[in-house]
Amino acid sequence: MNNNEFIQQAGCHREIIRLDGVSFSFDSQVILSDVSFKIMERDFVGLIGSNGAGKTTLLRMIVGLTRPQSGSITLFGTPADQFKDWNQIGYVPQRNNFNPLFPATVREVVLSGMYGRKKMFRRLSKEDINRCEDALGAMKIADLGDKKIGALSGGQQQRVFLARALINNPKLLILDEPLSGIDIETQESFFQMIKHMHQRHNITFLMVSHDMEMVRSYLGEEPKERCGKLSFYVRHSHDLENCEGTDLLHSIRKEGQ
Amino acid sequence: MDLLSAEFFQRALIGGALIAVTAPLMGLFLVLRRLAMIGDTLAHVSIAGVALGFLINVYPVAVGLLFAILASFAIEILRRTYRSYAELSIAIIMSGGVALASLLFTMGKNLNITSYLFGSIYTLDRTDLIVIAGVTVIVLTMVLLHKKELFLLTFDEDAAAVSGLPVRYFNIMLSILTALVISASIKIVGALLVSALLTIPAACSLTLSRSFKQAVVLVVIIGEVAVLAGLWVAGVANLAPGGTIVMLLIVILAVSVSVKRILRA
Repeated sequence: MNNNEFIQQAGCHREIIRLDGVSFSFDSQVILSDVSFKIMERDFVGLIGSNGAGKTTLLRMIVGLTRPQSGSITLFGTPADQFKDWNQIGYVPQRNNFNPLFPATVREVVLSGMYGRKKMFRRLSKEDINRCEDALGAMKIADLGDKKIGALSGGQQQRVFLARALINNPKLLILDEPLSGIDIETQESFFQMIKHMHQRHNITFLMVSHDMEMVRSYLGEEPKERCGKLSFYVRHSHDLENCEGTDLLHSIRKEGQ
Repeated sequence: MDLLSAEFFQRALIGGALIAVTAPLMGLFLVLRRLAMIGDTLAHVSIAGVALGFLINVYPVAVGLLFAILASFAIEILRRTYRSYAELSIAIIMSGGVALASLLFTMGKNLNITSYLFGSIYTLDRTDLIVIAGVTVIVLTMVLLHKKELFLLTFDEDAAAVSGLPVRYFNIMLSILTALVISASIKIVGALLVSALLTIPAACSLTLSRSFKQAVVLVVIIGEVAVLAGLWVAGVANLAPGGTIVMLLIVILAVSVSVKRILRA
């Protein structure tokens, strides 16, 4: 691992995710071996790899769903197993593992983004409801709030899950194959929206994909780092413009008008 | 209306009305988490506990409850061992429960097996009613207290874990609540039919509701209608109450599915 060669000239930016020699195997089959990588604030990281390269496993380890067998993961400077501020992380899981017949409206799903440990034993406030409406508006799905989630198209569902991930105004957004299963046109507008958020807001992105073209078009031709079958493509964004410190949902809304 | 003034029938109505809230409610969570068959399994294991209770002269429902809780943990362990064959654990525990029950039943004498297999709602006594009322209070309190978290857990367990919710605590809580409800319902509809009270209202509700809130309300209404109407019909026509309730549930399901078809067309 030559990860020391690319220590970033990040200036004031802090480390968001740090992987140190992370390994994982399943039934004696090595899935990840000695993966080390650093994601700095405001990076857009595209994690590319073929099926079975361990992309999803790595993501699941970062969000705490699976533990690495060796090595360590640090989130916002805190070891992952002691990390508590999960509301700083927005997670958009793969869309194919949700049940389309589930009785839930778009609004119920988006609101559920706030149901963390901090909201336990508390009722939703008026402010929470407003945030939900803002998130729906920002993702341009305000008119779908009362629709059953399973009745929407793939692209619309993806916006719902993105709205749910954004409702806490996260600092890190993790997307697992967000472009799979939706048509090319929708993919493009969705990716456009994510790029826009990266350029204008203080959000760090980690996106898993096997779609090379779209990722390369934004993150460049060459990966910053290869690790086994995984490639990390990175683009950093400096031009914060005037959005720093403002609420993502409100600012997106203003820009849209 | 001398049926309504008969004390045994009043007790049946009260017990039935309480179970008709909790069983469909827990069933909705189980069905949505793809664990519909777990009710049947726990009921069968619970029967073994009931048999043991009779043998050692301890309140049978309590021993049944203990067995159901142990079984739900065993299922969870097996489920983790055979990750991609979750239904395998359910089949194993179910046959284990039936086997144990049959052994225990042959060891005891003068056991009325049919009353636990098919229910005996007319023999509910004061203690049974107090137990059922207690179970109802516990289930409703926990579900209302955690309704947000249970929604997220049911909709997307991974997302719940990433939000920092103590997913394991909630899974254990759901297992225990399910075991409570099942052991309390055995005397009402019988072990063979408990699963119907858990799953059929959920099946009806799923075809009709758009939101989770609607699904929860509807599942309870359907449960109440089926149980109260079923008891009434069974009382008047002198039919088996458990069987009548389940047949009524199936009729409601058929109507819901047809209504849905017609609305869509």
